[in-house]
Amino acid sequence: MATDDVKLIGSWASVFVMRARIALHLKSISYEFLQETFGSKSELLLKSNPVHKKIPVLIHADKPVCESNIIVQYIDEAWNSSGPSILPSHPYDKAIARFWAAYIDDKWFISLRSILTSQGEEEKKTAIAEVEESTELLEKAFVDCSKGKPFFNGTDHIGYLDIALGSFLGWLRVVELDAGHKFLDESKTPSLSKWAERFCNDPAVKPIMPEITKLDEFARKVFPRQQS
Amino acid sequence: MANEVVLLDFWPSMFGMRTRIALREKGVEFEYREEDLRNKSPLLLQMNPIHKKIPVLIHNGKPVNESIIQVQYIDEVWSHKNPILPSDPYQRAQARFWADFIDKKMYEAQRKVWATKGEEQETGKKDFIEILKTLESELGDKPYFGGDEFGLVDIALIGFSTWFPSYEKFGNFSIEQECPKLIAWVKKCLQRETVAKSLPDPEKVTEFVSMLRSKFVPE
Repeated sequence: MATDDVKLIGSWASVFVMRARIALHLKSISYEFLQETFGSKSELLLKSNPVHKKIPVLIHADKPVCESNIIVQYIDEAWNSSGPSILPSHPYDKAIARFWAAYIDDKWFISLRSILTSQGEEEKKTAIAEVEESTELLEKAFVDCSKGKPFFNGTDHIGYLDIALGSFLGWLRVVELDAGHKFLDESKTPSLSKWAERFCNDPAVKPIMPEITKLDEFARKVFPRQQS
Repeated sequence: MANEVVLLDFWPSMFGMRTRIALREKGVEFEYREEDLRNKSPLLLQMNPIHKKIPVLIHNGKPVNESIIQVQYIDEVWSHKNPILPSDPYQRAQARFWADFIDKKMYEAQRKVWATKGEEQETGKKDFIEILKTLESELGDKPYFGGDEFGLVDIALIGFSTWFPSYEKFGNFSIEQECPKLIAWVKKCLQRETVAKSLPDPEKVTEFVSMLRSKFVPE
């Protein structure tokens, strides 16, 4: 498989782009990283993802694949003979991993983002409570899915669900700083806290996890803070 | 262990229809249990504590939730016949993309058509027709969304067709006029026994939607 045939349209700050990059690193795939300028969309992006016009877009041999979790599954299947398996092997474990990945995107992330977009203290407090509750569920999910192993994948290496949640860790830290509230902490979420450290130190993740100060600066541009 | 499959469902649910079709495609015997959504069973609450929604697929006592996840699970467990996803990784990614598109866009858009009125309904109708046209353009001249074989995207979308007469009635428009190829595709899918057995009578669905609408839109 021609490895110079892979391009990824994205941005250093995007959680969803990070998922694709981690998957590519896990499979040792070389790729050209085409960074979009914040605030505008390139011709290539609009052509490759006409339906959603969003990053990430993986272009493999000129064929585009869109939506981060779909890209990760594609990478796992197209390069199934190289690197570790990203999805768990058992159909039931796959279904559970997909369920939690969907929960993270549809519920957890939405509540997290609403902390940054909330108007006024009351809204912020409600959003914080929602994230607290859903993070507690993810702590339980970790215990169930990991089956005593270091990762959600139930193995010794990171997998689909680790990538789905772990890619948010930089932004989670930014939101914690903004809200003045820790969601991941040794007493409330002991398993997730240890997992987060392992995830961030993984060789497939470390080189591309954005620096928190840089991300915080970027977040202030995208989500201007409300005056209290 | 013998394969014990239970499906907790609600007859007009376009999501439940997906799982019914997938199980029948694979020839899997299953017990269908109708849920009263105003009075959810203890089993439903136990098996889907997070979302408390149907459909819930229970396989040998273990729950699988979310219809597209269930369909993929069924395809992977009963992989010996009627593949629902293609084998090529790129085709699989395309199938997942369009199933995801339907999930992200169809439900909210169709809801505005029957559950609202006035300007909100007009805007909703426009959005809904645009979504249908996008899907029709993706279908093109192929017999099914995946090509020659009935698959994931067809399964993801076909249940909504039982609600089409409701959208037409309350939105006051003709889907056949806007998207003739899509209606032709619906008719083709209905010729498939697994689909015909899994979909309710659209007339009954329209009666149900009328009752729902009267709650949201006092006339």
